[in-house]
Amino acid sequence: MRVSGAGSGTFSAMSTAIPVHVGLFTETDPPDLLGGRCTSCGNHNFPRHEICPYCASDATEAATLSAVGRLWAWTAVTHPPPGYRGDIPYGFGVVELPEGLRVVTRLTEPDPSRLRPGQPMHLEVVPLHVDDAGQSVITYAFAPDEPVTP
Amino acid sequence: MTSVEIAGIGLHSFGRFDGVTVTDIGVTAVRQALAEAEVGRGGFQAAFCGTAYGGVATGHKVLGALGMTGMPIVDVEAGCASGAAALMLGRAAIDAGQYDTVVVFGVEKMPRGIIRSSFFDPWQEEAGFAATPAYFALRAQRFMMSSGVTKDHLAAVVVKNRRHGMHNPDAMYRSEVTAEAVLSSRVVSEPLHLWMLCSPNEGAAAVVLRRADTSGAAAEGRVELAAAVLRSHLPGAVLSESTPMAGLIDDTLPTPSTLAATDAYEQAGLGPRDLDVVECQDTDAARELMSYEELGLCAAGGAAEMLEAGATSIGGRLPVNPSGGLLSKGEPLGASALGQVVEVVRQLRGQAGPRQVHGARVGLTHTVGRGANAGVVLLRRT
Repeated sequence: MRVSGAGSGTFSAMSTAIPVHVGLFTETDPPDLLGGRCTSCGNHNFPRHEICPYCASDATEAATLSAVGRLWAWTAVTHPPPGYRGDIPYGFGVVELPEGLRVVTRLTEPDPSRLRPGQPMHLEVVPLHVDDAGQSVITYAFAPDEPVTP
Repeated sequence: MTSVEIAGIGLHSFGRFDGVTVTDIGVTAVRQALAEAEVGRGGFQAAFCGTAYGGVATGHKVLGALGMTGMPIVDVEAGCASGAAALMLGRAAIDAGQYDTVVVFGVEKMPRGIIRSSFFDPWQEEAGFAATPAYFALRAQRFMMSSGVTKDHLAAVVVKNRRHGMHNPDAMYRSEVTAEAVLSSRVVSEPLHLWMLCSPNEGAAAVVLRRADTSGAAAEGRVELAAAVLRSHLPGAVLSESTPMAGLIDDTLPTPSTLAATDAYEQAGLGPRDLDVVECQDTDAARELMSYEELGLCAAGGAAEMLEAGATSIGGRLPVNPSGGLLSKGEPLGASALGQVVEVVRQLRGQAGPRQVHGARVGLTHTVGRGANAGVVLLRRT
């Protein structure tokens, strides 16, 4: 698989790359975002919920969510938050998916002035940090389809 | 509904107090409130303690240090609204006829820096999702897009509250700041600069609640607890204080603050127009302006104009955060809601000194935070 660096081109992931959490995204090229759908109210959810968080129904199923969306809100984190193991600054925001979901996500763009409301975004898998065992830990992030000049 | 009065108030200043334990801080506030209410050992039948970081049996430790245990002591965690949750329970117990007099207090000694919360799973922390100020920033950005609020307005909130806080001896920051200085402080998460965010700190506040004797003229001039409401979030809002990983594309959901305010106004038979003074959650400068709308202090989109007109400054139509707010006082999570109540009681009694809102008879306090938890309290001078 291919792992995209945060604005620094791409590189081949070592076979030891592990996801920061299981079940959030696929390690395919391109990657998919993994969520769920409630067959009772029809709403999607992310991460996958066994019980619908919006209508309390048990009638949920796994669903592959769109890997493309539009930017709804964004900022940058400039100071490492508690327990964080990656680099700063990093982009952080909300992307709207066609399924009617707003997903909280890391953004590959850490400069807020280079992003615009509604701009097209796509899912990438990015390196997060190297853990104590020397393994590369990867996570999902949304990246702008086209860069914006500030 | 039963009339419940605030029979006594107590406060330990908000700030940083190295070498002073969370128990010591709580003792100071509780002792003052009991003394003012002329309530001694055996004079109250239950106690409710709000704290988020105090640890196991914080309330028991405070009352134990005072030699006043034996009654039920309930420790309550509801994030930034922990004190509001304790107040709701205390009031409800009196309403239910269970007790006549209860002590409600909140106490906290926060770790330094960005608040670490067991709310987030380890992997969420590892991946950078525990960035609490970034959620504030996203909420601020969306609010600014929809309301016409600019960064200059955010700076103006800080200038206002810090000016108010100059006259509050219990606040951590008691110096005036300029808008230029606020906007020159470093950007934490765009659009929020460091000075637009409150500082977690230490402090305590306490009240004694008593079933009011409504039989005669003696009730004149007392402060009545007209409503104490706690609500949580409805599912779906992605930028709710519940900080979910995703939400629905639906902008019609009422916020927990609006839910709590609506309930409180209804319980008390009051509305936003009846208010003379407000203490609201200014965790960050945008949060205060959002609260104007959520609490019905102005129409949707009216927060910037309300601020610009000076309506929410002392001397204006409806002063907000005359204490200086959390931006001046700092935020000890468990204590902040009751600290607001203590401030409004002082205002309604005419005891607020140079920051007095003249003629105040009805006040509202508001806290909201992780959970989501939102507390709204209404106080009225009889």
